[in-house]
Amino acid sequence: MSHTEYLDMFIEESQEHIQAINVHLLELEKQPEDETIIGEIFRSAHTMKGMAGTMGYEDLTNVTHALENVLDQMREKTKLADTETMDVLLEAADVAEEIVEDIASGGEGKKDIQAITAKLLGQSTRPEAEQETKEKTSINMDWNEYDRAVIAQSVESGMQAYAVQVTLEENAMLKAARAYMVFEALEADGHVIKSVPEASDIEAERFNNEFTAAVVTTAAKEELINRVASISEIETVVAEVIEITTTTDNQESLEKAPSPDAKEVSSPDRKRTETNKTIRVNIDRLDKLMNLFEELVIDRGRLERISGEIRSSELTETVERMSRTTGSLQEIILHMRMVPVDQVFSRFPKMVRSLSRDLGKKIGLEVIGAETELDRSIIDEIGDPLVHLIRNSIDHGIEMPEKRKRDGKPEEGHVELRAYHSGNHVYIEIEDDGGGIDRERVLKKAVENEVIAAEDADTLTDYDVHQFIFSAGFSTVDEVTDLSGRGVGLDVVKNTFESLGGVISVHSEKGRGTRFSIQLPLTLSIIDVMLVDVGEDHYGLPLTSIVETASIKSSSIFYVHKRKMIDFRGNIIPVMFLEDVFEVPVEREWDRENYSVVVVHKGEKMAALVVDSFIGQQDVVLKSLGHYLRDVRAISGATILGDGNVALIVETNALL
Amino acid sequence: MTEENAVKKVIIFRLEAEEYGVEVNHVQSIERMQNFIRIPNAEKSIRGVINLRGVIIPIIDLRKRLSYEEVPYTEETRILILALEGNHAGLIVDAANDVMDVFESEVVAPPQAASKEEQMYLKNVIKKESRIFTLLNVHAVAESLETASV
Repeated sequence: MSHTEYLDMFIEESQEHIQAINVHLLELEKQPEDETIIGEIFRSAHTMKGMAGTMGYEDLTNVTHALENVLDQMREKTKLADTETMDVLLEAADVAEEIVEDIASGGEGKKDIQAITAKLLGQSTRPEAEQETKEKTSINMDWNEYDRAVIAQSVESGMQAYAVQVTLEENAMLKAARAYMVFEALEADGHVIKSVPEASDIEAERFNNEFTAAVVTTAAKEELINRVASISEIETVVAEVIEITTTTDNQESLEKAPSPDAKEVSSPDRKRTETNKTIRVNIDRLDKLMNLFEELVIDRGRLERISGEIRSSELTETVERMSRTTGSLQEIILHMRMVPVDQVFSRFPKMVRSLSRDLGKKIGLEVIGAETELDRSIIDEIGDPLVHLIRNSIDHGIEMPEKRKRDGKPEEGHVELRAYHSGNHVYIEIEDDGGGIDRERVLKKAVENEVIAAEDADTLTDYDVHQFIFSAGFSTVDEVTDLSGRGVGLDVVKNTFESLGGVISVHSEKGRGTRFSIQLPLTLSIIDVMLVDVGEDHYGLPLTSIVETASIKSSSIFYVHKRKMIDFRGNIIPVMFLEDVFEVPVEREWDRENYSVVVVHKGEKMAALVVDSFIGQQDVVLKSLGHYLRDVRAISGATILGDGNVALIVETNALL
Repeated sequence: MTEENAVKKVIIFRLEAEEYGVEVNHVQSIERMQNFIRIPNAEKSIRGVINLRGVIIPIIDLRKRLSYEEVPYTEETRILILALEGNHAGLIVDAANDVMDVFESEVVAPPQAASKEEQMYLKNVIKKESRIFTLLNVHAVAESLETASV
């Protein structure tokens, strides 16, 4: 594995650990006594320290080390998890995050860490030196299932497993050679099953003066130590027996012999032994796989067309079977690209905490359904708009504690962030129990901005009025706070979600609270569309937005406020001619008696789109119109059809 | 060849009677005319998109963009496919048939154009032997798609 691959892994894992630290710190604040949480944080900090040390990022090593010290004392109950301590710890996590981000963007991971280490040291009451020596006596190794199985088997066959920690002399020459001799000595009556660092790293001298090996052997502990100690340039040798215990769920877990000091350090590690059978795959490779698969889908379309023309039963059968196989393949590939929304959600608790403190409000954030999965390309896009909506809820939604008290509400405001999966969509909702939207103020602003005419104002339902907050240039809060008034309105939020094929709406009750609901597609790249012809053009309408297709009589169209409408199953809905919407040049010799229409919906709203003819339903690959054509109205992209033709995909949400 | 006399390879194309140049490293290929897929409600100089071996590429009519009179396409009409930092755009030109080495010393003057907007699309005037042509600012032309499409 090359250094860059190590680096990617280091960055990825560090980010995960920082995220874990943040999450657990916030949990700890709620349950300051909980030792398992402290243990979790400690473990993350410790692992990061080790990784940073190996990769040579000194500043990160020092920050995590200082962080670890404070945690250590919290675990020993010589330090309490009070607000001040929590602030410093969270700040330290931020600093660590900044360093990792710097490394990720190609920097050297250098940062002025004086201030934060001093703060951490201020929290720490114990001298540094003592910490250092304590570290050294613990042998830390992670075991996977395979290791455990090997150890268990060896023990059964009468061998013993030891963890051997060897420290070379400070100025040892030929470290790799010494290490080799150590391994030789250890393997005289057994074999080494694992080492930290890995054997390949030790061979390449990629280790400091210390390494640890797990060995199964018939030799006794003393004999092992003596053998290793007799090699020159060895400073210390420590060996511990590795013991296997079988847990109730029949999963073998392994623990080290409890030496008084090591016990505490290793206790959080025990929890980690539940291993998921996963591998890390570079996201570029997944993207490449997806691209290749998209080519396959295009060719599948082509084959289906050809077999339809040739009508050879053998060919048809083969093509059908291939279609089924690629269908399953498609499902698997799409699933591989799904990631839990937690990736985005996890940063919110911390944000809410600091925002509510800045504003002097009391706010509890509840996150539900963080495990809900979405396509990675969508996850990448929804972070910023969600931040905006949550800020909106905190800033404009939740009232000041005094006001809440006066209104007979609990002082602490409640914001709920929910994600759930339903049908072909994922829903994300942000609900607060704040002041709600003031209808009159929104209306006033809407009239001012000429979104509606003053005389129409009274005819609108509350729901319709509330949706105006998504129009451009809308902010009903007069004073500009630090959070809002940055020139980015909810219209931008709405546009972002709509460009992803999503729909956003707001429900609010004055004095009771506000709920933003966002509906998002599960995936972007392959969609099921209804292909239609309009003049010479082909268009694809996403199946998810179609209610049904129908044929209507031209005489059934009537006019309301000069708009063409029809009565569709009891609903009066507008009729739109796609040839007009898209300015398709069509010449007709006579008026049509019947219209083919596709009824589409966006939430509760519906419309009938008039087309020339239906071609059929098809899975297509959504391709962008390219970097230079990003914002074409009501067109979300294009797709290449089986015959090489191109159909534009209609974003029906933009039409409604 | 000295530093200040560095060479640039340029593809020469024709619009009406004038000659223009595009640096060859911006050009992915030169294609014959083909059918476009119309982009609804787009600005007039955007002819549409084409499917070029699986990639969808927006096409600009350079005559329109540079305010020349519109003429029917001919056998000679070509589409220059630009690849700028991995992004694609195509330019329709009257003909493209020449590649030239241009030396720094042959860059003679800033371009002259009727309007400020058009000025933006031009980079330099180059005089080579008896020929005079204008080097196109391909980035500005391609980016004009963004605003024109809204």
